[in-house]
Amino acid sequence: MSNAKDDDAVAGPVPVAPVPNAPTESGPVLAADGTPLKRSLSRALRRQKGRALLLVAPLLIFVLVTFIIPIGSMLFRSVENDIVSNTLPYTVQRLASWEAESGNLPSEDVYKAMYDDLFVAAEAKRHTRLGSRLNYEQTGISSLFRQSGRGVDDLAGDAADALEDAVPAFGEGETWYALMDAGSGEGNTTLLSNMRDRIGRLNDSAASAEMDFVPSAEIAAVLPRTARTYTEWAVYTVTEDERNPAERDPWELVSLALLEELPTADLSGLSAERAALLQQAQAVDFNVPSYRETLAEIDEEWGTVTPWETIQTHSSKYTAGYFLNAIDAQKTPDGYEWQPEEKQILLTLFGRTLFMSLMITGSCILLGYPVAWLLANLPAYKANLLMILVLLPFWTSLLVRTSAWKVMLQSQGVINDVLVWIGLVDDANRLVMINNQFGTIVAMTHILLPFMILPMYSVMQTVPPSYLRAAKSLGATNWTAFWRVYFPQSVPGIGAGSILVFILSIGYYITPEIVGGTSGVFISNRIAYHISSSLNWGLAAALGTILLAVVLVLYWCYDRIVGIDNVKLG
Amino acid sequence: MNLMKTLLASSALTAAASVGVAQDMSNEMTIVSWGGAYQNSQLKAYVEPYVEMHPEVTVVWDESSNEAVAKLRAMNEADNVTWDLVDVVAADAIRLCDEGLAMEYDPEELLAAGDDGTAAEDDFGDLIVSDCFIPQIVYSTTFGYRTDMVPEGVDAPDEICDVFDLETYPGKRSLEKRPINNMEWALLCDGVAKDEVYDVLATAEGQEQALAKLDTIKDSVVWWSAGADTPQLLADGEIFMGSTYNGRLYSVIEEQDQPVGMMWDAQVFDLDGWIIPAGLEDADLARVKHFLNFATDTKRLADQANYIAYGPARQSSAPLVPENMKQHMPTDPENSKNTFVYNYMFWADYRDDIDARFQSWLAQ
Repeated sequence: MSNAKDDDAVAGPVPVAPVPNAPTESGPVLAADGTPLKRSLSRALRRQKGRALLLVAPLLIFVLVTFIIPIGSMLFRSVENDIVSNTLPYTVQRLASWEAESGNLPSEDVYKAMYDDLFVAAEAKRHTRLGSRLNYEQTGISSLFRQSGRGVDDLAGDAADALEDAVPAFGEGETWYALMDAGSGEGNTTLLSNMRDRIGRLNDSAASAEMDFVPSAEIAAVLPRTARTYTEWAVYTVTEDERNPAERDPWELVSLALLEELPTADLSGLSAERAALLQQAQAVDFNVPSYRETLAEIDEEWGTVTPWETIQTHSSKYTAGYFLNAIDAQKTPDGYEWQPEEKQILLTLFGRTLFMSLMITGSCILLGYPVAWLLANLPAYKANLLMILVLLPFWTSLLVRTSAWKVMLQSQGVINDVLVWIGLVDDANRLVMINNQFGTIVAMTHILLPFMILPMYSVMQTVPPSYLRAAKSLGATNWTAFWRVYFPQSVPGIGAGSILVFILSIGYYITPEIVGGTSGVFISNRIAYHISSSLNWGLAAALGTILLAVVLVLYWCYDRIVGIDNVKLG
Repeated sequence: MNLMKTLLASSALTAAASVGVAQDMSNEMTIVSWGGAYQNSQLKAYVEPYVEMHPEVTVVWDESSNEAVAKLRAMNEADNVTWDLVDVVAADAIRLCDEGLAMEYDPEELLAAGDDGTAAEDDFGDLIVSDCFIPQIVYSTTFGYRTDMVPEGVDAPDEICDVFDLETYPGKRSLEKRPINNMEWALLCDGVAKDEVYDVLATAEGQEQALAKLDTIKDSVVWWSAGADTPQLLADGEIFMGSTYNGRLYSVIEEQDQPVGMMWDAQVFDLDGWIIPAGLEDADLARVKHFLNFATDTKRLADQANYIAYGPARQSSAPLVPENMKQHMPTDPENSKNTFVYNYMFWADYRDDIDARFQSWLAQ
């Protein structure tokens, strides 16, 4: 009975799907093996999907590994900025509470942190890298850091000498190791893992090497800075130099920290041997000068507010700075503002890139359409010959073609010589056709023309000639027949060719570099400059990201206006 | 099982073999240079004699010097440095050293003493501009001009300010499409004293002043970006005068017989040399050090001058330079009456800043 009811419902005239909430008394439909049909179906489908996925897996992995991951990581550089806080961790931390607007220099505490950070950075040779990074924001910081890296160990060196002169045992790595290592006593593992972390970030690598050293908890409590710097050194020595810290002398910075902390330290809580050794050192007469003066002596810039402002403004882990630079703006301590007008160039270049790419696409359509039409409508042997002519440029090196245009267009070149010879142009006023926009548009139109002709040709080939004849037999003029019947059918080819040519030309840089002069270069030339010459990869990545976004937006617009389903390659 | 054993045994053998080599020197060396006539001079003067003495060594060339900094940085980040020795200009060497991509070396240990017994460090002297840089040659950026385009009744141009004098010397000029050198020349010809040029250029007003001077000839300038551009433009008669590297002009004049003359006034000295990438394997490093010790000795450096018109970086090599080449050397007393030395530290700091200003001026 119930079955009949269901049959009725299905066979009923209008509602094909079962009526919602219709009372069903039967259980689910079963497959031959007794499992519900739904489950068995979806299992079979899943297996099929899995097999299909396995088939495309090699391609998927290939694309992921060689395309998406590298491009993603390159684009990520446009916001990445952890070099500042990784290289100057203590400074960044203490500088956070400093108020730049007050006009006062940061406190002695900040200078001391900077001294420690600079010392370690200079040992790891990271200070110049940071200098180049900050130089993008504030001219002159590069040499400030280079200079400081050279001068920073003078003070610490004096301290180490004073300490060793008074207590020769401190000239031995073993003494230091016995003093700082927990040995059988209680160790401070938090400090150790923190320093592993810090050195790992400084060197952009995981500091994972095995090490025996554990800083002693009692020393870390009494002499915190000394324990910290020694642990930094020990971790650095084990992971980077791959040496045993017990056999090496620590950085001079540790001696400086010790001499500075000892006079006020309470040694009563320490074990007997440690206290005895440190009491000897307590007698050393070493005057620790102000760190502000020390740094200002190395480079007087440290005595001004400018470098501190720059460090503070650009100390966050992620930055919008590169993107701001990419649109001719900058982040200053007072907020965001435009670059001075005489340095604005990138927005102009973006605009010019779009304009010229459109011009090139337009001239490719104008030149390519008749050729594609001829190709599609000539008898086969003539069409083949023409096809070879179209393809010939494909087989010629890009550089050769570009250089050939140079020979053609330059003022002592072929075209000018011919024009002068037939008297159209005066010898003194030869046409300027190269090293400007005109040269770039001509050369790139020629280079990209095949990318326009081929898709148009393959679409036009599918348009039956009988349509045109039919239109004419119904009384259309040649023009009407073409415009109302033929042209609409060839639009998908134009769309495909335009997208190809436009996207290719927006990223071109070799041809504009050679024939573009100053007014015919693209944004891609600037990207190439920042990748290979100025090494400002963050800015290059930001420019690339913007370019990618612009292309995607244009693609979206194209889809809305023309429809992407209309694009055909054949 | 058998297969497994064979595999194990053979991998153990390979491991043993690679350890054996590690104590020794590797027999393959990848050298990066500039290609063209310059690389050829290195091949003839350094590599061929070296391979003759050590036939087991194979040398692979890579012509990537002009993008060496970017490529080395990328290789370093991928932790896969495939180059053993890289030829770069001094400014790039400083950058590579700053970034920790080049190895610092000890001149006393790595380089041979001069033939006259001078210690290497003194023989190269100030030319070791960075702790990572092993100088090879001194080259200069200077001007060449078409002798047949000099107006009648006028002396050939012989000082830098003739470049800015469109009335006496009408015609197009070619200048490099970057601020370096152009800004200095412009200031010199705008009345700034030679030793104040960089102080002036460090200020915004000074940069404006230099650009204002360049503005006076901007319409007559063709901007070049590759060293081969100016020689080509001169040979085509496209320009009257243009700046480029002196070795390029030498080949236009001597080898291609073009009517081109040299104008050495205010030539800017620059250096080119080797750097060793940081983080080489021990065996590769040993081979590179062995090669460098040979390739930078007094005789080798002087021999290179037989093949290209660049001055050897060692003082002790100067007397050994062949007589017929001396007149083409930028360091020849006759040519170096008024010279400029590329200021590496200044440009390391100001390059980005002035370049942005310069490019935007170009685009106006």
